Amino acid sequence: MSTSLLIVQTLNGLQLGVLLFLISAGLTLVFGVMDFINLAHGVQYMLGAYLSVMFYAMTGSFLAALALALLAALAFGLLLEFAVFRHLYERDHLEQVIATLGVILFLNQGVKFVWGPAPLSLPIPEALSGTIVLMPGILYPVWRLVIIGSGLIVALLLYFLVSRTRVGMLVRAGATNAPMVSALGVDIRRLFMVVFGFGTMLAAFAGIMIAPILSVEPGMGDTILILAFVVIVIGGIGSIRGAFLAALLIGLVDTLGRSFAVDILRLFMAPSPARTVGPAIASMLIYLLMAAVLYFRPTGLFPAKGRS
Amino acid sequence: MTPLPAAARAPRLSTADAIALAIFAILAVIPLVTRFGAESYLLSLVTRIMIFAIAAVSLDFIVGYGALVSFGHAAFVGLGAYAVGILAFHGLNDATLALPAAILLSALFAFVTGIVCQRTKGVYFIMITLAFSQMAFFIASSLSLYGGDDGMTIRARNTVAGFDLMGSDGALYYVVFLFLAGAYLLCRAFVASRFGRVLRGARQNPARMATMGYEVFRYQLAAYVISGALAGVAGFLLANATAFVSPAYMAWQRSGELIIMVMLGGIGTLYGAIVGTATFLLTEEWLSGLTEQWKMIFGPFLILVVLFARGGLAGLTARLLGRRHD
Repeated sequence: MSTSLLIVQTLNGLQLGVLLFLISAGLTLVFGVMDFINLAHGVQYMLGAYLSVMFYAMTGSFLAALALALLAALAFGLLLEFAVFRHLYERDHLEQVIATLGVILFLNQGVKFVWGPAPLSLPIPEALSGTIVLMPGILYPVWRLVIIGSGLIVALLLYFLVSRTRVGMLVRAGATNAPMVSALGVDIRRLFMVVFGFGTMLAAFAGIMIAPILSVEPGMGDTILILAFVVIVIGGIGSIRGAFLAALLIGLVDTLGRSFAVDILRLFMAPSPARTVGPAIASMLIYLLMAAVLYFRPTGLFPAKGRS
Repeated sequence: MTPLPAAARAPRLSTADAIALAIFAILAVIPLVTRFGAESYLLSLVTRIMIFAIAAVSLDFIVGYGALVSFGHAAFVGLGAYAVGILAFHGLNDATLALPAAILLSALFAFVTGIVCQRTKGVYFIMITLAFSQMAFFIASSLSLYGGDDGMTIRARNTVAGFDLMGSDGALYYVVFLFLAGAYLLCRAFVASRFGRVLRGARQNPARMATMGYEVFRYQLAAYVISGALAGVAGFLLANATAFVSPAYMAWQRSGELIIMVMLGGIGTLYGAIVGTATFLLTEEWLSGLTEQWKMIFGPFLILVVLFARGGLAGLTARLLGRRHD
């Protein structure tokens, strides 16, 4: 367990955490304001990645692809909201889960239909494709630092939006008590459209940023969706601050657990069982964490709602 | 005079019983009809439907009557299957051992995780049951002795006290049939009993049940354990029917499918879970035979069911028959 590996893996953990935050932010707000479980949030992430690959092939410029993909993802998200989600807000959670699962099935197959089942990839913009020397002997890909940086910038921006602007105030009020906000004369549906559109773009942004280092394939949103749900449940539903902290926590615990579980177990275990048990424990770690958090704080670390 | 709840409920119960009887009658004669056509494909398909129906009925028992929406029910099925697989791996091939082991393992898992899960409500409950099933999934994936990620094949079906009772597909069919009937009757009896009334009361108003002196926690935990054990029985049968166990049985997508099955048929009816399972698996079978892109049809189908068929197929039938569905 060397220091350089620890530093690199910590950065990787941060990168995963930032990515999770981008996806969870929209999810937790949509859930907090509208009490709407949107399993299809993960496909927005997938669509973002696919759209950026498509627009990159058309324009040859990463920035243009980024902008066009974000706009297209937003348009598609709003279309989904208009066609399907809008009719689900009054329904119970179970019905929302089933209907949005239907959207996932359709879109996972849909991208396979349109872009083919083979994984696609997006090249890293040339200026940012190298590695930099963090410390003597430690090289790190620039693009991953760009992901971390842009995620942190978005987090700051969100923090400012949510805590300093009028829309942000309404969003916070909506997450705490939506009927009351509505009764005070705020068009909660329109407020929600804004939140939903914004969340959609954040998820798509995450998909676009990760596309250069991950393969773009059908179903890529499913795994990340489950992780995002773990994040918002640990953080407390409706809380941006909770989502941010929980995302970093999950990112770090998962990444560090996977790289060091075997080494740590070896301290008090024979090497061969450690090698078998290690990966299993590493994959379970975040779920153990979630169970522990919910055992002691049944509504997460920073619950937005007054009611339990 | 206000009518007694039981009296008001009586006609609906008998409708439900009539539907359930019809379902079981159809299931009972299917092998007799197919014997002549020699369609063992149909036989194994319906066997699979009945096995998942057991899991779906057990899920409906806690979702429909206890409002405990488990998003990790596939874990219990997987645990039951693994009990069979692991025992068979060590040469213990008898159902008198494998069935109790499957029930015990899944009930124990339900008990331990239930204690933690019951502390949470609503969405948090959904997510924490998912968390535990993911843990079970990863534990199963790490059992390299028992095939790890790939799972393992089971050489022979379980014998029953030394006799090869489940050897032929037809015999297995009726064994599964009996288990499904047993699971249905058991859940129905629980629902109608005092235990079931406490459970339903706790769903509507836990605080009120608590002030009436019921320890809601215990009732819900007991229901959760019963449901988990029944799903474990489904796992035992699944391992025998497929001669294969794998972590994929516990994947969260499987849990989602179980919820879809319950939902399709109509929550809180028990027989609806059987109808829903049949609808789900038959639609899947039919559409996937029709086109490779079947999920592009099935996805919108689910959305339409949610949007336009509230209460699932049971609710739809009730509306068509002009009855109010509560």
